[in-house]
Amino acid sequence: MSGTLGALYRDGDVIIREGEMGDCMYVIQSGRVEVVLSGEHGEQHLAFLGPGDFFGEMALFERQERSATVRSAGNSQALKVDKKTLLRRIGEDPLLAMNLLQIMSHRIRDLDAEIARHRETHL
Amino acid sequence: MRLSPQKSVADSFSSLAREDRSGFELVDGSRVAVVGGGPASSFFSFFLLKMAASVGLDIHVDIFEPRSFKRCGPAGCNHCGGVVSESLVQILAAEGISLPAQVVQRGIESYVVHMDVGSVDIHSTAGERRIAALYRGNGPREGGDSRWESFDGYLQEMAAGLGATVVRKLITGIDWREGFPWLRCADGETVRYDLVTVASGVNSNFMHMLDGLPEPLKSPQTTRAYVCEFHSTEEEVSRILGNGVHVFLLDIPRLEFAALIPKGQFVTVVMVGEDLDQELVHAFLQDPVVQACFPTNSTPCVCSCSPLLNLGARTRPYADRVVLIGDSGVTRLYKDGIGAALRTGKAAATAAIFHGVSKDDFARHYWPACRRIANDNAIGKVMFGTTAIFKRFRFLRSLMYRMAMREQEQASRRPHMSSLLWNMFTGSAPYTEICRDALHPGFAGNMILNAMAGLWPARRRPAQGPLS
Repeated sequence: MSGTLGALYRDGDVIIREGEMGDCMYVIQSGRVEVVLSGEHGEQHLAFLGPGDFFGEMALFERQERSATVRSAGNSQALKVDKKTLLRRIGEDPLLAMNLLQIMSHRIRDLDAEIARHRETHL
Repeated sequence: MRLSPQKSVADSFSSLAREDRSGFELVDGSRVAVVGGGPASSFFSFFLLKMAASVGLDIHVDIFEPRSFKRCGPAGCNHCGGVVSESLVQILAAEGISLPAQVVQRGIESYVVHMDVGSVDIHSTAGERRIAALYRGNGPREGGDSRWESFDGYLQEMAAGLGATVVRKLITGIDWREGFPWLRCADGETVRYDLVTVASGVNSNFMHMLDGLPEPLKSPQTTRAYVCEFHSTEEEVSRILGNGVHVFLLDIPRLEFAALIPKGQFVTVVMVGEDLDQELVHAFLQDPVVQACFPTNSTPCVCSCSPLLNLGARTRPYADRVVLIGDSGVTRLYKDGIGAALRTGKAAATAAIFHGVSKDDFARHYWPACRRIANDNAIGKVMFGTTAIFKRFRFLRSLMYRMAMREQEQASRRPHMSSLLWNMFTGSAPYTEICRDALHPGFAGNMILNAMAGLWPARRRPAQGPLS
């Protein structure tokens, strides 16, 4: 459709790769992406993300390598949000960061629950 | 304010929002009226209700907009070129507001700058579509394509989703009784509000009603733009214009700039200039450079208007219990009016929730956001003045073309001219930043080198690039 924003990714296309440096985050416009982490025993599935979800936001706050690989699960559309554009706007309107903080806070909460489940199964 | 370890951030915000500020604070049950239903209105209502919920405030918001954005033609239109800039698309996404495909008529990935010396296609550095061409209402009179939805309607539904009430009534006056504003509706009803937010734009009659306020607000300086729609087929519009906005820098007296924006089966023509009249419109449309960009089977203009544009900030877009946002108060010069609507709408909502609705509250916590835009516009005027000089002299137009063309062909690491033209016409960067880029020594050096190359006789130059 001519009215979609962002870039189109086909099934299996890697959008960000673990270990690479990044200077932007992504917002999913349509479709689904899979977040995976490489480990000793091969790739480990972390999560599926859908429309409206963010990924790659850690690159905005720290100069570190990407912590996971994100690839398209089926066709998906994702919009790149530049670090410079976002940080300039946060400088004018610090409340914009609240939205990102809320999402990161939800993720920490999910991780806490995941760790608790993991401990229970190993005790 | 220091946060005690026992208090959460939300509790601290809550107590800040509830501090007594001599009756000018919003409290549970406060009523807020928003006059006008465009983007500034929806952004203000959306953020006001979102912030109110975050601090546990229960307030009531009425959006007064008699028009339905579901109607085609002028009845459902907000008279605008309808482009959401690259930076705004990203900021909206970060705010959690994604523009769906049915609202975006076309995702734009390039700006094509046309001059008599040639045309140069400047692509987004992101390599993806991050600019949205859309209709504020439901398209021109001859639209009726049910696939699309109005942008203003989409934002209004978003605000309504958080609890704002859309009142389909025309406001006919504002009275002042016992220190509170009362809105008069066309059906005779009058309602008292704790805060009246004016988001009706500069084209509304409501602006004249503000003359009756205890402290009248001075109107901003305005100029007229010209917007018209040409009908073709989606395939033809795609073939001729592609996914690009076409901008014209032509040496036509009184014309500041003009653009063709592809939108589905329509092409929107936007012109900004001095004393825009039919003669100027005709001169532009008949120019051979413009004619070459028109879809061959397009029908004559099917819908047109000459809306007012806000050219300068009000000296004081607020009073006790009244605040003016978007075009009604301060907007960006010629570009990114929707971005200014977001900035002023959110800044006014933040001031109202966390500080209060008195003149002093708005002066301290809302006016800085407006002043930033107004100061940036002052630089913008200088930048547009410089562009006008380039537009006037063929030598300078050739220089501009040569630099931008080579940068695009060679995928230059520092595309100074392309970046400058991109930011000037897309409205993605503040004018201050564009000016700083224009003063970069690398840009000046590059320009001198290109100017010298342009003066070197063509027969002695190695053959490279279209102007060599």
